[in-house]
Amino acid sequence: MEATVSNTGTEGKVWGGGNQPLKASYGKMMMWFFLLSDALTFSGFLAAYGFSRFKFIDSWPIADEVYNHFPGSHGDNPMYFVALMTFILIASSVTMVLAVDAGHHMDKKKVTFYMFLTIIGGAIFLGSQAWEWTNFIKGSYGALETKGGQILQFVDTHMEEGDEKMHRVSVDDFATASHKDRVQHERKSGLWFVSEPALPEYSVQDVITGFNHKKHLAVRTQELMPNIEQLKASDDPADVAKAARFESIYVNADQTGQKGVLTRAESEKALKNAVVYVKGANLIHNEYGNRLFGDFFFFITGFHGFHVFSGVVINIIIFFNVILGTYDRRKNNYEMVEKVGLYWHFVDLVWVFVFTFFYLV
Amino acid sequence: MGHDNTHKLAIFRGTLKFKSNVQKIWGVLIFLSLITIVEVGFGIVKPGFLVDNYFLGMKLLNWVFIILTLVKAYYIAWDFMHLRDEKSSFRRAIVWTGIFLVAYLIFILLQEGTYIEGVKTNGFVKWNF
Repeated sequence: MEATVSNTGTEGKVWGGGNQPLKASYGKMMMWFFLLSDALTFSGFLAAYGFSRFKFIDSWPIADEVYNHFPGSHGDNPMYFVALMTFILIASSVTMVLAVDAGHHMDKKKVTFYMFLTIIGGAIFLGSQAWEWTNFIKGSYGALETKGGQILQFVDTHMEEGDEKMHRVSVDDFATASHKDRVQHERKSGLWFVSEPALPEYSVQDVITGFNHKKHLAVRTQELMPNIEQLKASDDPADVAKAARFESIYVNADQTGQKGVLTRAESEKALKNAVVYVKGANLIHNEYGNRLFGDFFFFITGFHGFHVFSGVVINIIIFFNVILGTYDRRKNNYEMVEKVGLYWHFVDLVWVFVFTFFYLV
Repeated sequence: MGHDNTHKLAIFRGTLKFKSNVQKIWGVLIFLSLITIVEVGFGIVKPGFLVDNYFLGMKLLNWVFIILTLVKAYYIAWDFMHLRDEKSSFRRAIVWTGIFLVAYLIFILLQEGTYIEGVKTNGFVKWNF
């Protein structure tokens, strides 16, 4: 390095260059400042999510009901899968920090081994996220969407002993498929410059017909039940009126914090406003509830997943450089591994927040 | 460069001291896992006391989650990212910049979200049609 820097006659003076007042190399410092700006980007996204959530505080989907899949088991398994993903990412963070530590001891073999484990951990995480997305996109029950963008889901009003709430019913189980003349228009079968997205599996009428045949079904709206006793005892007439409205249209107005299930009469009325059958999720519709919910899910977990993906790619590059001995020759205690490690830990750090705000809160 | 000497090996304000950096890493992993288990436990059990009581417009349970998350973030940044070993001025340049800006952003957006929710609920606008 000395050969490339010309002498200026100020060596050894405070402003002569070569000083590290913060005791961190240029590269490491810039990695930190990049991470700071990236953290602000993620905060912006999460704060926007918070904004929308507070805006729709009385109707936001309940996370436990949306993310309730676990590989190899049916039924309701909230939380476990994301908890597992969290462990995987934290574990890969640990192998990364072990690689950094081994680098400080100039132990090439150990650095290689731990970098390898880190890459594997990252890959498993990405796979898990793909699985999570698949379930989210496919959906499990299906729902109707109204003109105003409200989601109407279906439940079985017949409750077994020990059930805390009414079970969801899949539209597949009751919709009567009608004869369809309408087929998806494709470019090859008509106007070549016109195309349309895939048609929904059922028409709204199919669902309503099926619903009318099964008297034990009811519609579940997005509205979360407030503390009805508190509203009734309130001095504000608006609160009392609100409580009366809830009690007149919902059968479970007393179940604070749960989605409201309409009475049979109200259900039939609500179905009149339905315009489209929705199953799973895309960027426009989703069966889980508020439209923004799906968008934020895709955008924030997607942005995080993209960070993980970049992290894995960078880790692979560094991994090969370690094997080739590039950092051994630099004789700076594998500082590059430390820098990429900072990025990798940051990805873990962001996931901790995503985990909290999407799955827990 | 005797790098091991530059690591600060105590966590919890010095109550828990580790013999080597590697040991500290495993110790922190155990701690982070414990917090995650507690979080998941709370998420599944949802104790009634924490769900029914509110503080600053949010359920106590959500406050618990957020505080535990910040604790996790602290240990990831301080021990995995070695902020504990950095010079304090460098550490502050990174951490406080972020905290100030994020706190401001969160305050503004959540305040505004709550306001719009109020307009939507109490105003004469039909949104559920």
